Amino acid sequence: MTQIHVSTKINGDAVEFLCEPNETLLDVLRDRLDLTGAKEGCGTGDCGACSVTVDGRLVCSCLMLGAEAEGREVTTIEGMADGEVLHPLQQKFLEHAALQCGICTPGILVAAKALLERNPDPTETETRYWLAGNLCRCTGYDKVIRAVMDAAAQMRGA
Amino acid sequence: MALDDKHEAEGRVFKIVGTRPIRPDGIDKVTGRARFGADMSAPGMLVGLILRSPHAHARIRSINIAKAEALPGVKAVVTRADFGNVSDDDLRDILHNVMAHDKALYDGHAVAAVAATSTSAARQALKLIEVDYEVLPHVIDVDEAMQPDAPVLHEGRSDETVPAGMSANIMHRFEYGHGDVEAGLAAADEVIERSFKTAATHQGYIEPHACLASMGPDGQADLWCCTQGHYMVRNTCAGILGMEVSQLKVTASEIGGGFGGKTTVFLEPVALALARKSGRPVKMVMSREEVFRASGPTSSTSIDVKIGMKRDGTITAGWAELRYQGGAFPGSPVQFGAMSCFAAYDLANVQAIGWDVVANRPKQIAYRAPGAPMGAYAVESVVDELCGKLGLDRLEVRLKNASRDGTKAAYGPRFGRIGLTAVLEAAKAHPHYTAPLGPNQGRGVACGFWFNFGGDTCVSLNVNPDGTVGVSEGNPDIGGSRAAMTMMAAEELGIPYERVRTTIADTSALGQNDVTDGSRVTFAVGLATIKAARAAITIMCARAAKIWGIDADAVVWEDGHAKPAGPNAGKFPPMSLAEIAAVATNTGGPIAGHHEVNAEGAGVSFAAHLVDAEVDPETGAVKILRYTVFQDAGKAVHPAYVEGQFQGGAVQGIGWALNEEYIYGADGRLQNPGFLDYRIPVASDLPMIDTVIIEVANPGHPYGVRGVGETSIVPPLAAVANAVSAAAGVRLTELPMSPPKVLHAIDAARG
Repeated sequence: MTQIHVSTKINGDAVEFLCEPNETLLDVLRDRLDLTGAKEGCGTGDCGACSVTVDGRLVCSCLMLGAEAEGREVTTIEGMADGEVLHPLQQKFLEHAALQCGICTPGILVAAKALLERNPDPTETETRYWLAGNLCRCTGYDKVIRAVMDAAAQMRGA
Repeated sequence: MALDDKHEAEGRVFKIVGTRPIRPDGIDKVTGRARFGADMSAPGMLVGLILRSPHAHARIRSINIAKAEALPGVKAVVTRADFGNVSDDDLRDILHNVMAHDKALYDGHAVAAVAATSTSAARQALKLIEVDYEVLPHVIDVDEAMQPDAPVLHEGRSDETVPAGMSANIMHRFEYGHGDVEAGLAAADEVIERSFKTAATHQGYIEPHACLASMGPDGQADLWCCTQGHYMVRNTCAGILGMEVSQLKVTASEIGGGFGGKTTVFLEPVALALARKSGRPVKMVMSREEVFRASGPTSSTSIDVKIGMKRDGTITAGWAELRYQGGAFPGSPVQFGAMSCFAAYDLANVQAIGWDVVANRPKQIAYRAPGAPMGAYAVESVVDELCGKLGLDRLEVRLKNASRDGTKAAYGPRFGRIGLTAVLEAAKAHPHYTAPLGPNQGRGVACGFWFNFGGDTCVSLNVNPDGTVGVSEGNPDIGGSRAAMTMMAAEELGIPYERVRTTIADTSALGQNDVTDGSRVTFAVGLATIKAARAAITIMCARAAKIWGIDADAVVWEDGHAKPAGPNAGKFPPMSLAEIAAVATNTGGPIAGHHEVNAEGAGVSFAAHLVDAEVDPETGAVKILRYTVFQDAGKAVHPAYVEGQFQGGAVQGIGWALNEEYIYGADGRLQNPGFLDYRIPVASDLPMIDTVIIEVANPGHPYGVRGVGETSIVPPLAAVANAVSAAAGVRLTELPMSPPKVLHAIDAARG
């Protein structure tokens, strides 16, 4: 199959890659660029484990083609911390024990960051509905919701 | 230990145990650095894919792989013919589950596999494999599978416990209990008998099964995989492939959830066979559809319960008959269901009968407290109904009949020290129990029990030259157990948490370790960690004694230091662990402690759940309004992760109660193999899940720890059913209580 050449920006870095026309952005990230932080939990856009942002918009990278990243700006979990300094969401997830196995955590963090960029002061209900597309089977979401709201409070105060 | 003895940890002031430090693997998991099953790669790696049966039941007349093998990029194709014969029954069932033999036994059953240089080549190769099937009649429902004329999966597998003339799909009959049930029922003022059904549910871990296998021409192999037990993977794969165990090194990846579903093998033997045949590393990752169709959900069940009660709430007799289909092979968890369903009650007359049944579905595998939630659902529903009929308080009745220290359990043994009454008293005193309810709202309560397990465990603890400590253990960390081990090692050694690092060692580093299951890890690995630390302390005390020129037994270990004691007290300044470690070379060499044990004394655990639900009488939809978990943890090492186990179990149970089910078509094919149609709870479905940790120390653990992971999924099916039944004004007897079923029940009750 003839491969497509794609130029894009990932976590602030200019990146070029070749991909097959039917290859998802998630497969490109994981298999071609070694960015394995985004996970495939379903491949059908139901679980949110593959969440990334594209030009600031939250997307399931399993539902987008790699070729569609041409000229865009992609942000993944690997781009969330600033060097050694964790994002407040990452720090609060650790403090609240908001992860057990951790497989859904990258996707939830990316989604939660997108929420707080739009709504710095979400209610519990708004947080729950925003994250309804990110499945977590371990925590029952209690500590996840608390961590996101606590991070939001800290970021508002900062 | 007698029941009136004090626990060895009683009065001990813990410094680290009971606090909430950040888990050692946390930063890796919030930055994307942690490596899960599908995150590993190897030079020259091939992609492995599996061809699966589209039929629920079919004889495989022939498989032609010639065209697939000839496709450019294809490096190996394997079928059952590439595996040898296995004499052990259990191992043969596992082999026949991972690669069909003469028959495909369920929709999704593996029949062949390919390894190719790309995913697209591998997909194309699957289409070129020609399988000639003779489609056979199938059976999906457990009650239908038990009919004498039902299609038969395996002839001649029923054992001697199954009466003659019954369906060949019945593998085994279990029976537990004591006393005279008929006499007990005759003495009751009220007897209720009900029949229940529960749908098969899946563990629903977010990480699909994945592995990476390689094997050299000398037969030495490496396997990386997500599993709850890499020692089990090693032993099982070696058995299936005819290898010596020492030839196969298995490394456990970080694991993205398991809940019992990763306590067996699916891809691993196939990946090894492909690697052996191709001479290249082979990576295999299941799709979500494959996870649903071809990994192990739990049983669907059909259960009858009959209970008698006096007007004062005394239960005079309990009887249950449980029928669990375990998929295409023997081994449903009906035994645990029959053993545990009456465990919360001190009964003079009790009998539970269990039937292990096969059907044309994927082979079930453990799901969190396997078998117990369904039995508890049926029993706790009938207890609830009796309380309602006799106008009795639901928690008072449970307290009146509760199992206590020394109660003869329905499944045989006498309980040791248990915390059920403490759990029930805490629930009764909680404001949730008496909070007002609105219209169309109901409150449910239910008890749950799990045995907990110990098992084979090895821990090595190394004191490093700089005074830090490395702990090596052999159980994949599924929910924060490395933090718990680190805390217990630091507590015992008297050094800061940050100076201990715990690693999950590969199978070459330690002796046999049982799987991360049975809620065993914090108990058994924790026990071995404490004992390993004590062994290291003994050595460090001896080293200090040697330096001081006194007897080793004249040295004690306190607050991370060796101190002279007895007549020598105060004669020498204490030596810290770091000081002793720094000179270890000169006092005898490296310092380490280790402990190997088949850990016994896992304390059973009880829980009670309170839930408020609201039913929409127009649609039948149920909303969970409030939820509180009360559970005995023995001793909560890291309370945040104990709460997390309580919350996670409760929410899985809510999903089981309200939404989740395997739906089959008339053709025997699974209709909903995806997260869109198999709907697990999402954040917007739920309230916060409140938790109350009760601590009744387990005499079998130095700190009193009990397993906590599984008990939490046992009560919610019944608790939610009781709440929904109260809110709807009609008893619901079938799970899941999806909106159409609830609406139908409401309409039927209205006439």
